[in-house]
Amino acid sequence: MRQGDKFWSVAMKIAVCVKQVPDTWAEKRLRADDSTLDREAADGVMNELDEYAVEEALKLVEAHGGEVVVVSMGPDRAGETVRKALSMGADSGIHLVDDSLHGSDALATSYALATVLAGRDFDLIIFGSESTDARMSVVPAMVAERLDLAQLTFAQKVDVTGDTVTIERLADYGFDTVTASLPAVISVVEKINEPRYPSFKGIMAAKKKPVETLSVADAGLDASKIGASAAWSGVADFAARPPKAAGVVVTDDGDGGLKIADFLTNQKFI
Amino acid sequence: MGEVLVLVDHADGVVKKVTTELLTLARVMGEPAAVWVGPGYNDAASATLAEFGAAKVYVAEDPALNDYPVAPTAELLASIVASASPVAVLVASSADGKEAAGRLAVKIDSGVITDAVDIDASMTATQSVFGGSTIVHSRVTSGTPIFTVRTNAVAPVPAPGAATRVDVSVSLTASATKARITGRTVAAKGGRPELAEAAVVVSGGRGVGSADGFDVIEKLADSLGGAVGASRAATDAGWYPHQFQVGQTGKTVSPQLYIANGISGAIQHRAGMQTSKTIVVVNKDAEAPIFELADFGVVGDLFTVVPQLTEQVESRKGA
Ligand SMILES: Cc1cc2nc3c(=O)[nH]c(=O)nc-3n(C[C@H](O)[C@H](O)[C@H](O)COP(=O)(O)OP(=O)(O)OC[C@H]3O[C@@H](n4cnc5c(N)ncnc54)[C@H](O)[C@@H]3O)c2cc1C
Ligand SMILES: Nc1ncnc2c1ncn2[C@@H]1O[C@H](COP(=O)(O)O)[C@@H](O)[C@H]1O
Repeated sequence: MRQGDKFWSVAMKIAVCVKQVPDTWAEKRLRADDSTLDREAADGVMNELDEYAVEEALKLVEAHGGEVVVVSMGPDRAGETVRKALSMGADSGIHLVDDSLHGSDALATSYALATVLAGRDFDLIIFGSESTDARMSVVPAMVAERLDLAQLTFAQKVDVTGDTVTIERLADYGFDTVTASLPAVISVVEKINEPRYPSFKGIMAAKKKPVETLSVADAGLDASKIGASAAWSGVADFAARPPKAAGVVVTDDGDGGLKIADFLTNQKFI
Repeated sequence: MGEVLVLVDHADGVVKKVTTELLTLARVMGEPAAVWVGPGYNDAASATLAEFGAAKVYVAEDPALNDYPVAPTAELLASIVASASPVAVLVASSADGKEAAGRLAVKIDSGVITDAVDIDASMTATQSVFGGSTIVHSRVTSGTPIFTVRTNAVAPVPAPGAATRVDVSVSLTASATKARITGRTVAAKGGRPELAEAAVVVSGGRGVGSADGFDVIEKLADSLGGAVGASRAATDAGWYPHQFQVGQTGKTVSPQLYIANGISGAIQHRAGMQTSKTIVVVNKDAEAPIFELADFGVVGDLFTVVPQLTEQVESRKGA
């Protein structure tokens, strides 16, 4: 259980879920054999938005005391992403790795993460608001649903006071202020902070930090609910979009606006 | 024909355009039944839903629904799925929509496909992934298929429906009310169309240089009846409010026409506008990657090109 270090500030136990994704700039493609993302084709990096999640967890622990546990599900090399979070300052890691997880969809991923997170007494579980490869923005909501925790997502600001967490949730019209009692699930948007770079000292220290490696069996997962064969949805087929015809680019000679207007008239926009 | 549930997206009592797109799509798969969550259901809303083919409208009007994000909507949808056994559920691909769909998927143990741009009668969804470079067809293989659909993906086509009102009683559980909305901060909003739904979007980036600089962007947008967007560089600098950010962590837009001014075309920006039908670029650097997406581009200073364009639009409209 949570321990109070001072009566006005309670040490927090925070989990951060980080995903390894193909480098943002790399060309992404699907594998011909099983229509899953070809993760070998590009360097793996930490999902950008998850860096903000790690940063927010570190800041909360700096303010309130406590520990940050980074959690990732992914192939062997996702271990690099766990290490990166440790070198930023997280205290320990959990890496769920098993060949049978390959091809898991969002429901399976959320099931696996929720199972690993359950029963570990986290006060907060922090996610990025979207992974740059899947781009679904559903895993945090699904984990909240599975663990029956308050869902405070798309946060541009997070405040914890005592047992209460309050966020600003981005909305079309501005933002909503949303509040709940701990424990809770949070996801963050990139506006929230500026992620730190791992220092040399941090990188050295990370090598000695504990990482728990879990297989599907270790985690107590039901093998029939994970991997491609169990997926609730699947890709029937895919194709590269025919390349767009190259556009026309002209240099402004004092009539650039006119030329665009001609183009727009041609295309019936005017 | 089976029922297809369509979650109504509404603000201030007005049905958003995306809902008419969803109803149009739903008719391909079955009989559309709209689901209205929240207070304020009214005659005009009912008329819009009827015009686009809703046979029924499930209405849950408890004012308390406004006090909690996402979770109550998922709970209501799950209870309607249980009683009406629909053949599919359609939700708009907004942040709220995706999250409600995700929670619903867990509740009813059904697969969910996000960001569909089309769905056919066999319930195969088309998705445009990796910044539009790949077209994927996918299917839900277990449970009642749940789809979130991108705005502007299909053209709304009217087809009358009865829009018979069916009241749904609401009793929110403890699980649905754990996170409470205690305040709503509405940023100033002009008379322009909503960014995610607009047919024309005119965006400005770091090249606009200042908050005042956005004047030229707004004037062009207004001449075309469009919405104004911004890159993160511009919203971070405080030149334009954050809710107008286009990109990975802002809005995803797919208008008929997107005009990018003083925007370099970083991958995170492209992620939010790449599927726009026609793209026009104004940038003074001929090497800017945004030109790769341009149907028509001008290498030049936006402060001379854009006002000239606005003037042309105004005069040609009048002609
Ligand atoms: C996690 C994460 C999420 C992000 N999410 C988003 C997002 O949602 N949306 C987004 O936009 N970005 C996002 N970014 C930021 C993105 O990487 C870029 O930094 C940003 O898009 C750059 O904005 P810009 O093109 O306006 O600025 P710059 O890259 O600085 O480009 C400015 C351009 O303006 C041109 N220019 C300058 N003056 C003029 C002039 N007078 N006339 C014509 N052209 C001129 C220049 O040639 C240049 O090409 C994200 C980044 C991260 C790390
Ligand atoms: N395999 C994974 N391991 C750990 N966290 C994940 C994984 N997949 C998704 N997440 C988390 O869920 C967030 C949203 O992902 P998504 O719903 O796929 O867009 C990410 O930013 C991560 O924080």
